[in-house]
Amino acid sequence: MAKVLIDSDQCRRTVARMAHEIVEHHPDTSAVALVGLHTRGVPLAERLRVLIEEFSGEAPALGTVDIALYRDDVGLGGGRRGVVPVVGETILDFDIASHAVVLVDDVLYTGRTIRAAIDAVFDYGRPPRVELAVLVDRGHREMPIRPDYVGRNLPTSRDERISVHMAEIDGRDEVLLEEGS
Amino acid sequence: MSTRSSLVRMADLTAGDVGRILDTADRFASVMDRDIKKVPTLRGRTVVNLFLEPSTRTSTSFELAAKRLSADVVSIKGQGTSMDKGETLKDTILTLEAYEPDVFVIRHPQVGACAMAGRYTDAAVVNAGDGTGEHPTQALLDVFTVQQEVGSLDGMHVAIVGDVLHSRVGIQAFRMMGARVTVVAPPTLVPRHLAEALGVEVSADIRDIADADIVYVLRMQVERMGAGGFVPSLEEYARMYQVNHARLGPGQRVMHAGPVNRGVEISGEVVDDPGSLIEAQAANGLVVRMAVLYDVLTEAAGEPGEDEGGVLLEAA
Repeated sequence: MAKVLIDSDQCRRTVARMAHEIVEHHPDTSAVALVGLHTRGVPLAERLRVLIEEFSGEAPALGTVDIALYRDDVGLGGGRRGVVPVVGETILDFDIASHAVVLVDDVLYTGRTIRAAIDAVFDYGRPPRVELAVLVDRGHREMPIRPDYVGRNLPTSRDERISVHMAEIDGRDEVLLEEGS
Repeated sequence: MSTRSSLVRMADLTAGDVGRILDTADRFASVMDRDIKKVPTLRGRTVVNLFLEPSTRTSTSFELAAKRLSADVVSIKGQGTSMDKGETLKDTILTLEAYEPDVFVIRHPQVGACAMAGRYTDAAVVNAGDGTGEHPTQALLDVFTVQQEVGSLDGMHVAIVGDVLHSRVGIQAFRMMGARVTVVAPPTLVPRHLAEALGVEVSADIRDIADADIVYVLRMQVERMGAGGFVPSLEEYARMYQVNHARLGPGQRVMHAGPVNRGVEISGEVVDDPGSLIEAQAANGLVVRMAVLYDVLTEAAGEPGEDEGGVLLEAA
């Protein structure tokens, strides 16, 4: 059975608070770039952008990054056709050297995704700083990575699964906890 | 026995696989627009290119594709001997197995060589052309080129002109993507039962290209014709079947896998026409081969898409 940890109302307030925190850290939000990680980091970054523009009057730059080409497990498994990670679009069409990059993802877990995303961003240029915003931090880090903006800390066991649903992709906003099988 | 997903024949792929590979190729095209045209995806993986038949563009693009993905590449070129080719290839594969390659990219003059190679290696095998058999990455890049430059193949009419008998043109791939295909060639250069086997129309009259959206010209494979008797002479063939401006209508796009014999199967003016897709085919070879290497070597340790933060990336 799945348990709702964050409903759509709470989700809206949480994202708004994260936007406020980003504005608080960055007096000049035009020098910030929100970079959403595929898949659910992308709509989350878009929402943060709208809210930040509303709160500060200046819209940050927006980008997306897909980490499929920067994974650390490529070619290590057995190999079956059809389970290939789909390569999504990476769009970083702002000047990286002059924007503080805020990576945006739905769930922070082992940190491997973020490690890959940082590598991907650096192949496009050298940002003055890189920060991390996540809706849910579920713990169990395997990398020295910490988030700068956290929607909610949700301690979990490794057998449990956190599913983030976002309206743009899944039809509604909610965060679910599912027992492992 | 190769346990990985290999690419030996187009029939190994579903239309969905083709779509996925070409979407990936499209992403790689944007990597090629960056300053740093290299991604670390296949770091630590080894690709062996074994080209036992002359090839410039295919071997070069496979080598560069592997390098752009950060794989280590060894390229071996040589002519297969005319005797015991099967045995020679087997021994070569077994020897190279010592380096624990992850992929063999194989070009060989004999049909079925790649399928056979797959029996002696744990690596994935990618067919880069086996004699008059198949050349699946060429077929994929042809489909990719049409989709990028012209549009969806579904319902499009493709005329394939020339030496179908000795070529590895991906008629199947065009059919798989929904195109109507007409083969135009002298009857001596058309394999028997082609029409029934692939669901294509066959004509011996060059005027039947008039209605085609794409005119795909095949090279006269003189080196495979031997003593021949397939055509009276190349001059005669050119007179009857050369694709030139007099025979093309406005808006018809011309393709050719290269190398071209200017003045034989195609006129020089058509090759150099800005509307031809020949240059695009050459350029797309790189990204499509990157996508194929990615596809045969990549598999998710977890289920892709679930719980983005972690499960997706947890090493097995």
